[in-house]
Amino acid sequence: MIIAERKPINEIVNMVSDAKKILLLGCRGCVTVCSAGGEREVEILSSLIKLGMQKQGKSVEIIEGTLVRQCDKEYIDSIEQWKGQYDAIVSMACGVGVNFIANLMPSTRVYPAVNTSFFGGSADQGVWTEQCAGCGDCVLHLTGGLCPVARCAKSLMNGPCGGSVDGRCEIHPDVECIWQSIHDRLGRTGNADAMKAIAPIRDWSTAGHGGPRKTLRDDLTV
Amino acid sequence: MSFTPDIQAFCCHYTSQQTLAEGKEGLKEDGMPENVTLNRLVCTGKLQVSTLLKAFEDGADGVYVAGCPADTCHNVKGSQRAAKRVAAIKKALSELDVEPERIEMFHLERGFHPEFIEAAQVMNKRITELGPCPLKGEKK
Ligand code: SF4
Ligand code: SF4
Repeated sequence: MIIAERKPINEIVNMVSDAKKILLLGCRGCVTVCSAGGEREVEILSSLIKLGMQKQGKSVEIIEGTLVRQCDKEYIDSIEQWKGQYDAIVSMACGVGVNFIANLMPSTRVYPAVNTSFFGGSADQGVWTEQCAGCGDCVLHLTGGLCPVARCAKSLMNGPCGGSVDGRCEIHPDVECIWQSIHDRLGRTGNADAMKAIAPIRDWSTAGHGGPRKTLRDDLTV
Repeated sequence: MSFTPDIQAFCCHYTSQQTLAEGKEGLKEDGMPENVTLNRLVCTGKLQVSTLLKAFEDGADGVYVAGCPADTCHNVKGSQRAAKRVAAIKKALSELDVEPERIEMFHLERGFHPEFIEAAQVMNKRITELGPCPLKGEKK
């Protein structure tokens, strides 16, 4: 899922400091699961914005809502139900949600309440770790299921580098050297020969280096 | 000018037994400040961040939570959860440039203990010194 984290509250309050009525919109997708922007977080942020504005001697009305998703036109269209009741939207969805609102509502002010961080999973209660970088040309079949793009500090395709020590990455002793783990796993799964293969120079255009990406599934369009 | 803070206390059933047994008058005799309002809960683990923030929205100058000792909570981890939520609000208060000490977590033994009254007195003294909560707005 997409992992996000709420921005510092004063940053959000400064964004909306001249708004009188705010539509604060959560999302029931990824940000609910990673506790950054679901219904509960909407309730908390609503209180914090009111308190922050009050501290500056201002008052603000906040309408709280949570959409099923903010990355789908049909749900964004449902914002119509609050028409005329707000002068700015604060979205607690990931950056996709904020962009979708901006794309579909050309004259509406919209602000992000979270920092969208990475694609990850819940490693433990309250802990999320990055696992994939959405590179558009997955190599996990060659790397024992562990991603060198997202999980190697240098996104090496032929690792490890010379900085790998005792299974730890040179950037920080807390960080696993994913290439050590890739080699260990390939060995354990009877695929040791794969370690000898040299990955060719990679074409990164699928990874966003060739501009914004788009997926078109002709079988799904009418 | 003298200032009497509005202090909201959220206590679990076990740490606040004293309130039930002694009643308002009894507590007052023990030294419980009258400006501390007790809100009783089944367990502090049930307490949501939004409930504590609501207390500030409603005009509290200080808020505290009294739950069981961290390792002997009646509901295992209830008071630990409450402590984490209090910590989250301390962080949010700091982000808003408001003294994080305006909210506190106390871990108290169950039953009849002077510490229950002491916690209220500690908060009363602290918040009186800090003055009115800036979140109420800069009334000039
Ligand atoms: S190789 Fe690319 S698609 Fe596959 S997990 Fe890594 S970043 Fe994601
Ligand atoms: S030590 Fe390992 S994970 Fe770190 S940069 Fe080198 S190969 Fe990548």
